Amino acid sequence: MYEALRDALRAEEPVALATIVGGEPLGAKLLVGPQRAPLGTLGHPELDRVVGRDALGELEAGLSSTRHYGPQGQARQDDVSVFIESFAPPPQMIIFGAVDFTAALTRVAKVLGYRVTVCDARPVFATAARFPMADEVVVDWPNRFLAGAGPALGARDAVCVLTHDHKFDVPAIVEALKTRVGYLGAMGSRRTHAERVVRLREAGVDDAGLSRIMGPIGLDIGARTPEETAVSICAEIIALRTGRRAPSLRSTEGPIHAGSR
Amino acid sequence: MKEVLRDIDGWRRAGKRVAIARVIGIEGSGPRDPGATMAVSSDGEVAGSVSGGCVEGAVVTEALEVLNGDGSPRLVTFGYSDDEAFAVGLTCGGTVHLLIESVDRW
Repeated sequence: MYEALRDALRAEEPVALATIVGGEPLGAKLLVGPQRAPLGTLGHPELDRVVGRDALGELEAGLSSTRHYGPQGQARQDDVSVFIESFAPPPQMIIFGAVDFTAALTRVAKVLGYRVTVCDARPVFATAARFPMADEVVVDWPNRFLAGAGPALGARDAVCVLTHDHKFDVPAIVEALKTRVGYLGAMGSRRTHAERVVRLREAGVDDAGLSRIMGPIGLDIGARTPEETAVSICAEIIALRTGRRAPSLRSTEGPIHAGSR
Repeated sequence: MKEVLRDIDGWRRAGKRVAIARVIGIEGSGPRDPGATMAVSSDGEVAGSVSGGCVEGAVVTEALEVLNGDGSPRLVTFGYSDDEAFAVGLTCGGTVHLLIESVDRW
């Protein structure tokens, strides 16, 4: 079972591991995933079937939790407690624009566990040598790249447009708005962003679309350097996901950690 | 889990036995979410973590007991309200539930 889980994690295959943590047999395991047949058993075929189904649901949502069942998987009983741990593939960050800010953002995003793709239409700048931390460096027009990669993007993923050149970033943003990506940020001064909004409207983007764009990108922490800006952007991504307003902890009250999800 | 795989494989290749401790639940304030994983070799080496450093020492002791005992998995709870709070409790005041298992039993 350990080897199967290890190999799945190395291959970035989505799997969920269910373990009995209350009741017997303590520690019994079931490994499931959308791309594989279930492995192992929790001790009863019906329990395996019900937990397997629930585990696939948790995996789809990227959640880990403990659930309670009857001995044969019955609902509303608590003879058996099962810890379901989801191992979803890493979230994606797509960065458009091969600039100094991109290298710094790539480094911080890697620390946070993202799979990072850097995309720029200019082959001189979009090289693996300039972005050694990136998982992938692509020479392509951002909108054309997104037309292929966009459908796979979801709520956990991020698109950061750092080109601040309308020629590249307007079509990239228009294409990104067609995806379900959770974070869409666009770099540029307030003036640049105001001009960009005008052009986006001309390109047919409505108010709902404009409201999805985090621009100017990042939290207001006074960032100057590429590295500080990268922290500001990543902090904004976290705050958007958790729905926080991102003031300092010392000026707020309440639990420090977001709900365990 | 992923961050401890390399260490686990290295220890097992060297003929050591390995225990895995996983956070399976937290109550109140806790530094690490369910799924946080720490691996302990039979020589007492450690990879990963299950808290902010508050209970790791006690987890090593429990993990070695699992490896040196009959190999049965063990449920362990650390919390401020425990009698042992002053020895190994979480300073944040939360409670963390762990499952500690021998990898050989997986």
